[in-house]
Amino acid sequence: MTDLAQNLTHGGRELIAFRIGDQEFCVNVMSVREIRGWTPVTPMPHAPSYVLGVLNLRGAVLPIIDMSARLGMKPAEPTVRHVIIVTQARNRVVGLLVEAVSDILTIKDENIQPTPDVSSEFERTFARGILAIEGRMICLIELDAVFPHSESEAA
Amino acid sequence: MDMNEIKEIFFQECEEQLAELESGLLRLNDGDRDPETVNAVFRAVHSIKGGAGAFGLDDLVSFAHVFETTLDCVRSNKLEPNQEVLKVMLKSADVLADLTNVARDGGSVDQARSKQLIRELEALANGSPLPTASAAPAPVPAAKPAAPVAAAPAANDQGFMPVAFSFDEFGGDESDSADQPTYEVVFKPKSDLYTKGNEATLLLRDLSRLGEMSIHCDMSNLPPLEELDPEAAYFWWKISIKTDKGEDAVRSVFEFAEWDCDLEVSEVGDESAVVASDLPMQPVPFDLSALDDEGDASAAMAEEQENLASAQRDEAVAAAETASNVLQMAGNASRAASESAKNAAAAAAQNNAQQASSAVAPTIRVDLDRVDRLINLVGELVINQAMLSQSVIENDNNGTSSINMGLEELQQLTREIQDSVMAIRAQPVKPVFQRMARTVREIADITGKSVRLVTEGENTEVDKTVIDKLAEPLTHMIRNAVDHGLEMPEKRLAAGKSAEGTVKLTAKHRSGRIVIELSDDGAGINRTKVRQKAIDNDLITADANLSDEEIDNLIFHAGFSTADKVSDLSGRGVGMDVVKRSIQALGGRINISSKPGHGSTFTMSLPLTLAVLDGMVVTVAGQTLVVPLTAIVETLQPEAAAIHSFGATQRLISIRNSFCPLVDVGRILNFRSTQANPVEGVALLVESEGGGQRALMVDAIQGQRQVVIKSLEANYTHVPGIAAATILGDGRVALILDVDSVVSASRGHSLQLEASLAAAG
Repeated sequence: MTDLAQNLTHGGRELIAFRIGDQEFCVNVMSVREIRGWTPVTPMPHAPSYVLGVLNLRGAVLPIIDMSARLGMKPAEPTVRHVIIVTQARNRVVGLLVEAVSDILTIKDENIQPTPDVSSEFERTFARGILAIEGRMICLIELDAVFPHSESEAA
Repeated sequence: MDMNEIKEIFFQECEEQLAELESGLLRLNDGDRDPETVNAVFRAVHSIKGGAGAFGLDDLVSFAHVFETTLDCVRSNKLEPNQEVLKVMLKSADVLADLTNVARDGGSVDQARSKQLIRELEALANGSPLPTASAAPAPVPAAKPAAPVAAAPAANDQGFMPVAFSFDEFGGDESDSADQPTYEVVFKPKSDLYTKGNEATLLLRDLSRLGEMSIHCDMSNLPPLEELDPEAAYFWWKISIKTDKGEDAVRSVFEFAEWDCDLEVSEVGDESAVVASDLPMQPVPFDLSALDDEGDASAAMAEEQENLASAQRDEAVAAAETASNVLQMAGNASRAASESAKNAAAAAAQNNAQQASSAVAPTIRVDLDRVDRLINLVGELVINQAMLSQSVIENDNNGTSSINMGLEELQQLTREIQDSVMAIRAQPVKPVFQRMARTVREIADITGKSVRLVTEGENTEVDKTVIDKLAEPLTHMIRNAVDHGLEMPEKRLAAGKSAEGTVKLTAKHRSGRIVIELSDDGAGINRTKVRQKAIDNDLITADANLSDEEIDNLIFHAGFSTADKVSDLSGRGVGMDVVKRSIQALGGRINISSKPGHGSTFTMSLPLTLAVLDGMVVTVAGQTLVVPLTAIVETLQPEAAAIHSFGATQRLISIRNSFCPLVDVGRILNFRSTQANPVEGVALLVESEGGGQRALMVDAIQGQRQVVIKSLEANYTHVPGIAAATILGDGRVALILDVDSVVSASRGHSLQLEASLAAAG
């Protein structure tokens, strides 16, 4: 697991940390294109519940994922204080709705601890490691697993 | 620029030349006897040969050479371009295209076929010789002498023998003239000649190797220094050359400069030399009366003069239409010629005129990516401009400020920019239509049917993406039309029709769309057979009550073929449903109408561009949706009395005494869980595939506008019921409704099911 974590962070050990409820998560800063405020989205018919809808990002149609619902927590009720992290993976650009961006971390690979062996869907699907920073616990998220299309590709 | 790039350009040009060649041959086939058409055809083959020679593509060169030789016989009127001849030539054009493709992409050609055609072409070239004289302007000496030459046989026969000659004889010895004919060459270069890197000196030096010559340079066109265009060509030459190599040899010196200069080559006797020497002072190319006593030879020369005059006229048309400075340098003679050419062009048929103008319109090659980037940017600009004006309107209540007026102008400009950028991608459908001509020929050959393809509206323009995606379904349909639609010649004769079947392909613009029609005059759809087949394949029940139209539309079902035996061409049952799907994928519709005994007509209606769409902006359950305007037949406000319940959940609306199912868009898209009250909303009557009408219920209509289509798939996935997305003036994303999938969902096919099928496929 440590090897995997090392691979994931290879080439950039800067991570962006964000907050959902009372938990903190982080993603590789290299996959983040920008951070913007919440604006109302256009809902999509027949979309999974965690897809809030689509947004106009300077002419591109950007799907917005409610990270809270995606990670199995209660669906967010977006307010103007919510933040959208625009991320890119596999040539697709997707916005992640989170409560707030909390930190930008510079870490070494050895700081990433393997995820504890607990039997939960969340751990297997999204978590790729945990970090202990100043007494806080931050969970490293695998972005590819978050995107809806990667599911259908696997199926 | 490395060799490969140059080669790539050569192949691109080859494609253009091949298209030119084919269209020229087809025009000849239709009875066009304009020498200019023959010249254009000849030129095309000649250019391909020239380029291929430069790259050492020997197969291509040798085939093109034989082809060119035969064409030359047509050009010099030794060979009548009748149906028989043109059939061989069209096939040769196909082989030439194959050879070009092989030269570019590798692979192999049907050697037997090209050898066979070479034999046929040679037979044509040798077959019907007219006993005429020197007028055989083959730029390259033919492998076999094209025809016996009457007036100067000795000279031509000696053509390949080494002959010693002395420069002392300069001045014209009577006895020599008897052996060595004198040629009068008038050589007027155009500035193009110099821009292409040719040089008159070199050409003249080459010419001097053929025999003694005297050169007179005419500088009378030279303007005063202040008016002089340093890039223009002002000088021209009159050369009198004595040679035993024949006129061909003289012409071949100018082979690669031929199209960039006015060239006259004529043989003169001694008595006419005096008259001819006056020539440079006269705009008239030649004094024919001087040759009257030479009988046949002069007749041939007259023809030759005509050819030259028409070549000159062509150049003059080009000159007249491209730039005035070309005119300026072309001198008095061609100015006069251009005048007459202009008149001639005006009198000529419209498509010929278009031909001429399209031939000379200056073009540049641009990467498609760059154009697309520009289109995207302009799309952004349009959206941004709309957002800006909306926010200005919101903050400016009286609406009279100068900002508002400026914005309006901006709006017009952006719209204009958008239109012009879209026009860059628009291309005539001609190349696709030309490819169909070949398909028809090949299938006609295989099936043993005699087929004639008539095309109309080839210059109709449509977005390049549409053109690219049109070729495949069209090929399929043409195959079907020839293979299934048309009957065998005997059967046609028995039915009182001509043995030759006609397939007609037309394109035209109609209300913002391009309509392509493919009709044949065959037997029409055999409805009994189609019906039986559909019953056999469990597409319909045996007692189904279907209208003729519905039966005809059965052929669009997957896995349907009525051909008794499955042929190589069609009948594998992957035909029309694939065609229909690819047309639908382009945002188009396809319809069929058939008359038994009179043939079938397929009508395709396609959007002109895939980038913008005229839509009706509507509200459904609080959401803004865009419905493509082309799908909407009419809109109406339903009255309570017109709504009828039909079973448990269905409702019908009566419109002018016919009942039409109501489809609640909000319900189908899962925007709301209960059906809306139809009386509170608006019904959009839409025409769906298969001819049936449906009334789509929406809450309100906001208005009509042109929207820029944005892909949902780029960052998300395909959404059933939604065709694409767009961005409205307020910056919000609006979804564009996929009317057909919504309608088919209302027929009981679940959208989700379709989605899973799409994912599986």
